[in-house]
Amino acid sequence: MTTTREEILKRIRSAKGASSPEQAASAYAGIERGYQSSASLARKEILHLFEDRLHDYDANVYHAGASGVGEVVAGILSGRGVHRVLVPDGLPSEWQQGAEFVVDRGFSSAELDGFASVMTTATLGIAETGTIVLQTAPGQGRRAVTLVPDYHLCILPAGRVVETVVEAMRLLESTKNIPTTFFSGPSATADIEMTRIKGVHGPRFVDIVLVGEE
Amino acid sequence: MKVALFITCYNDTLFPSTGKAVVEVLERLGHTVEFPAGQTCCGQMHWNTGYQVEALPLLPRFVAQFEHAEAVVVPSSSCVAMMREHYPMMAERIVAEGGDATLPQRTAVLLPRVWEFSEFLTKKLGLTDIGAYYPHRVTYHASCHGLRSLGLGDGPQKLLKAVRGLELVEISNLEQCCGFGGTFAVKNADVSSAMLSDKTRAVLNTGAEECTACDNSCLMHIQGALHRQRTGVTTRHIAEILAHTEASEAAEEAGETEVNV
Amino acid sequence: MSRIPLDPRTAPPFQAAAKALLGDAQLRKNVRHATDVIQNKRRKLVEEKQDWQLLRESARQIRAHALQHLDVYLDEFERNFTRAGGTVHWARDAAEAQRIVVGLVKESGSSEVIKIKSMTTEEVQLNNALEAAGIHAYETDLAELIIQLGEDQPSHIVVPALHKNRAQIREIFRRTMNLPDLGDKPADLADAARRFLREKFLRVKTAVSGANFLIAETGGICIVESEGNGRMCLTLPDTLISVVGIEKVIPRWQDLEPLIQLLPRSATGERMNPYNSLWSGVHPGDGPRAMHVVLLDNGRTNVLADSEGRETLQCIRCAACQNACPVYRQTGGHAYGSVYAGPIGAILTPQLMHMEHSQTLPYASSLCGACYEVCPVKINIPEVLIHLRNKVVEQNGWYTPESLAMKAVAAAFRSERRFRAAQRLGRIAESPLVKSEKQKFSIVGQKQTGNTGWIGWLPGLLGGWTDTRDLQAMPEETFRDWWEKRGKA
Repeated sequence: MTTTREEILKRIRSAKGASSPEQAASAYAGIERGYQSSASLARKEILHLFEDRLHDYDANVYHAGASGVGEVVAGILSGRGVHRVLVPDGLPSEWQQGAEFVVDRGFSSAELDGFASVMTTATLGIAETGTIVLQTAPGQGRRAVTLVPDYHLCILPAGRVVETVVEAMRLLESTKNIPTTFFSGPSATADIEMTRIKGVHGPRFVDIVLVGEE
Repeated sequence: MKVALFITCYNDTLFPSTGKAVVEVLERLGHTVEFPAGQTCCGQMHWNTGYQVEALPLLPRFVAQFEHAEAVVVPSSSCVAMMREHYPMMAERIVAEGGDATLPQRTAVLLPRVWEFSEFLTKKLGLTDIGAYYPHRVTYHASCHGLRSLGLGDGPQKLLKAVRGLELVEISNLEQCCGFGGTFAVKNADVSSAMLSDKTRAVLNTGAEECTACDNSCLMHIQGALHRQRTGVTTRHIAEILAHTEASEAAEEAGETEVNV
Repeated sequence: MSRIPLDPRTAPPFQAAAKALLGDAQLRKNVRHATDVIQNKRRKLVEEKQDWQLLRESARQIRAHALQHLDVYLDEFERNFTRAGGTVHWARDAAEAQRIVVGLVKESGSSEVIKIKSMTTEEVQLNNALEAAGIHAYETDLAELIIQLGEDQPSHIVVPALHKNRAQIREIFRRTMNLPDLGDKPADLADAARRFLREKFLRVKTAVSGANFLIAETGGICIVESEGNGRMCLTLPDTLISVVGIEKVIPRWQDLEPLIQLLPRSATGERMNPYNSLWSGVHPGDGPRAMHVVLLDNGRTNVLADSEGRETLQCIRCAACQNACPVYRQTGGHAYGSVYAGPIGAILTPQLMHMEHSQTLPYASSLCGACYEVCPVKINIPEVLIHLRNKVVEQNGWYTPESLAMKAVAAAFRSERRFRAAQRLGRIAESPLVKSEKQKFSIVGQKQTGNTGWIGWLPGLLGGWTDTRDLQAMPEETFRDWWEKRGKA
């Protein structure tokens, strides 16, 4: 008896002719990729664009010098009245100022739900789309920690901001097996009369601290 | 230039005044017009409705009638789109089915010389002002095939803007289909009529006296509703506007010529 | 909460369903508003992307290439996904997919699942199968939740509840969530959904999803979404089951470069959707401990076998064609009798059904080309529609009234003599129907205008025209008659 797998693969091969990995690889090389693949703006413009896009998505943007992150964080948290913040392992301790910081120890979903705020860093920022790229890595944590709390404070070194999606994808090439989440502004829906409503299930409030380069 | 006119089956039968206007414009511009008598239909209706077998013989017929022409002018954007989009593939299919092996080559050589009427004026001859006079408020409907398949762009509007006395008012849903779509208008008459309502509402909102286009099939559709509703607004092929001059206006006023609507 | 699913096998002909829906003023207003908003946003964002046409062309080539080598890439995906700790299942058809998913859910020890919006699970009518097996599915996408609680059906690929407005949604939530004081602002309604679902996200241990892309080289999955409900389902449960059409595979990570730029701009008119999740298999300490992908055929290999219809499978489900389609914009999605509505549905559904059902769908288009113009992967939908119409004609045979008429007209077109005879015959045939508008009285200042005959009623197949439109009568002289006389003069 043939398995379903064999049968479907047989159907595919009889539908369009069998292919081999070698044939696929050689045809693949011929795919045209004429789209823009590198930055077109100056560094300063890229950062301005990034900030503009984040504002479009209702995220707040703050700036800090390399040594002043903790102070800026403390200011933001006190402004928001936040006293207790979830953090992943590997987040620089000098950033953790102005509140009680609790390191994620594999909390259950229900325990995560007990945190209103989370602070992490990120792998990349993409200026043209106002996107922040998170990965399962030190300082960023597993995917759930940046999802369940309602407020996300993200510290991003400005040197990690690129202009285009394509540049970002190419930088991520070496870590493409790691769980990766792109977020662009707070979670949102337009399912009701196409009205954009901020914050459905993911964090409803997002602040970004850009570190350095200004 | 010697220009061969492909009038198309429905213009021949239903809108002869459009053909007369094309002849008048081309001759006024100093060209000689020929009308190959064996011409009938481009095959669009059959092809688009799924009757491909029936459409195929019309391709060699068209090629045989027109391949010696210097230029072929067609006052119908959808028929030109039919030829450009489907004739090369149809020719290949005829060969594959054992037909005339010279067809693909002959078709490929002929097609670049086939022009939609307004496109012939603007792109081939490079004209916008052809000395027309038409003192009316007019709106332009961009037929889907003219807009998307032929890429006519604002060529027709440029021709209209150059017409003395003509006030061109832009329609709000220029890129929207009127709902004709050939047999779609009868096979899906209800949806087609709903689409047409949107179009006629937009036509009426312009306050124009007339709606023009490069394709009488859309105009026949739009006119069908405008007349049913007794709106008093009418339609007219762009060739008929461009054929109109101060002299023809004077003749009409004197009651000498019949007005073709 | 069992609903009667949209099923192409039992759906009425498009014309009949459309006629009924055209009478629903509220639905038409809702659909028009939603499609207008998305289209306007889309247009703005496409214009700002100067390499848009290059992105489209690249994406088209990637998708066509993936289909051409589908056996290779599915095999590669399976190998890499398995290596990453996941399990791949294969399903020939809807029934097999249902059986596999029900089995996996039971194996996970759960009698409930949380679900991410997925057209594929709608296609295989998974929720009904789960329910029959005693498993309750909670839809977590806001629109799908509205559909589920309202015992309704999706009418759009990206915004499935676009046919409902806020007042209708409020009524559904008030009734089913028992919230008598619920406000009617969109934010109130979204907030109600947030509270209703949060408890499910934290409690339910098994999730079901679809996927936007499978990445062969990494064994990866890409899911794009807006609300965060997707991330909840992908990361909090212990078991995740993704039901994915076999055509969704792309070769490499770098293929996402054009695709994740084209998709959000085309789908929702955003530069980037709020969330993209990319991962492969199982990652210890992060996300589900068991991860299953069910690869679904369900007619797709049949589409693949037709070289002219194959490009249908390039679709990335952005729904731009639905928003642009003047037919869809009048009727909404339910008229199409399938979860895949609009232009893409009109070509996909009949093909998935082996052309045995949904034969009216290829005709549900005026061939205006708006769908092709906006398609991010350049599926030439009008061409495929025409191709499918030809198949329908072949299947229906020669002896339908339409076929006989078309053949008669075609015969006339093959000879000038017969064509002229047909023109004369037409004039004779129409004459009893023509109402003359020739002026019987001379009216001060009014001259007789040229066209004076109109037809207000036509019989048989042509009657649809004259229901709402008049038809100009044939002039007394054809162009070729005039030309001949002119030559002789």
